Amino acid sequence: MSERRTVTVEVNGERRSGSVEPRTTLADFLRDELGLTGTHLGCEHGVCGACTVLLDGRSVRSCLMLAVQADGCSLRTVEGLAAEGGELHPVQEAFSAEHGLQCGFCTPGFLMATLELLSESPQPSEEQIRSHLSGNLCRCTGYHHIVKAVLRAAETMRGDVAASRA
Amino acid sequence: MKPAPFEYVAARSLDEALAALADAGEGGKVLAGGQSLVPLLALRLARPDVLVDVNQVAGLDRVVVDDHRLVIGALARHRAVELDEQVRRAFPLVSAAAAKIGHVAIRNRGTVGGSVAHADPAAEWPALLLALDGEVEVASPRGRRVVSAGDLYAGYLTTTLEVDEVVCEVRATLPEGRTGTSFLELARREGDFAIVGVAAVLAIEGDEVRHCRLALSGVGSTPVRARGAEELLAGAAADDAAIAAAAREVVEEIDPPGDIHGSADYRRKVAGVLVRRALSAARDEIGRMVA
Ligand SMILES: Cc1cc2nc3c(=O)[nH]c(=O)nc-3n(C[C@H](O)[C@H](O)[C@H](O)COP(=O)(O)OP(=O)(O)OC[C@H]3O[C@@H](n4cnc5c(N)ncnc54)[C@H](O)[C@@H]3O)c2cc1C
Ligand code: FES
Ligand code: FES
Repeated sequence: MSERRTVTVEVNGERRSGSVEPRTTLADFLRDELGLTGTHLGCEHGVCGACTVLLDGRSVRSCLMLAVQADGCSLRTVEGLAAEGGELHPVQEAFSAEHGLQCGFCTPGFLMATLELLSESPQPSEEQIRSHLSGNLCRCTGYHHIVKAVLRAAETMRGDVAASRA
Repeated sequence: MKPAPFEYVAARSLDEALAALADAGEGGKVLAGGQSLVPLLALRLARPDVLVDVNQVAGLDRVVVDDHRLVIGALARHRAVELDEQVRRAFPLVSAAAAKIGHVAIRNRGTVGGSVAHADPAAEWPALLLALDGEVEVASPRGRRVVSAGDLYAGYLTTTLEVDEVVCEVRATLPEGRTGTSFLELARREGDFAIVGVAAVLAIEGDEVRHCRLALSGVGSTPVRARGAEELLAGAAADDAAIAAAAREVVEEIDPPGDIHGSADYRRKVAGVLVRRALSAARDEIGRMVA
């Protein structure tokens, strides 16, 4: 009734394929087929944001997309943030420095949503940050340190851009 | 793997989608943004035999402002409407409402047509369409037809559309002349479905209200037009007393449900307050135009 299909995506710059039933969500495809378990699943019905990834540069909930719908698309997941040698991405660095995480379950989703925000608004206000991250739930931090982390990441990344122009 | 198995068709054209839906009969379902349908699949509250994905159908995502008319393709994402500069200028209530739909990641995927077809009485789009004299164009193997927003909603999560009909386009209109609008809602947290929402459109000639449309979300099993209040305001002076009277009339005429998010009495009270504020904001918008 629902025969398997081949899905090919570009994840974090690498071409990857897998075979799935149409009912497989993008989140399950990333985790179970491609072994990219950094993308977390909390609620599996669109409420918590833990599964947030970037699809062609925009944040989406990977539990609310079918893997077959992502065929041919470009994805970025938390595994694609740190540099080859393990050096943290400025957003990861800032979350660590500002205690923007405790248990870390929600963190991959927050990092990806933050990346989208900073690509659209390099100098976001606190209000913009809270609004952009409103779809991501965290049971540990109380959000305050997450907001501080995003402000810090924005500052670092603006500095990096300025430095690379100089 | 949470959803039950289904057959999946990625339609590349509207005709392909219509043919696949016709083949599937009662067991077919359109998949647009998936932001309402996929949760239902995951919870197995929906168990379609065939999902017809319309995301690859070209030409269904345009957003066009033509003077006082707004035309939106069914596949336009909430986020695209929210960020559209022309919409912001000509239909500020639409931008304001679109920005209140869920969260950014939801708005990146969720579509206008999906929201209109899903018929959630707490959703923004259905109330907007009622206030903006809206209509939808639907296609089926029998051809095209236009359904006015007033004839679209039959009950909770239920439209008057047939299972093989696909919403192609959504259209909205503002009255000509000096017109002010407002969209306000109350939600517990940003991105939550509103407890009550109000879309208000007001046109004034001289000091008199020439046209008033008021639509509410969250106060019934469908989006609700407050006709009593609209009639009360038509021809009245657009002053605070008339606006307060219209708000009282709304409180009288609605019959909201009560649930864990708010009792019926609470919703009635909130509706009155939001109507008063929305009408005042719409009137003040007109005032600023003249100034
Ligand atoms: C956490 C969360 C918060 C949300 N908050 C809000 C909110 O505050 N306000 C709000 O309004 N919505 C909210 N939503 C729902 C969101 O707006 C959905 O995008 C919308 O309700 C459905 O649009 P869709 O494109 O995702 O449709 P889908 O989920 O793909 O489909 C929904 C239904 O409509 C049918 N359908 C879709 N497109 C068509 C078409 N072109 N023709 C005929 N039938 C069609 C489908 O068959 C299905 O029955 C939220 C969702 C989530 C997960
Ligand atoms: S797991 Fe996707 S939103 Fe919770
Ligand atoms: S750090 Fe534990 S849920 Fe956010």
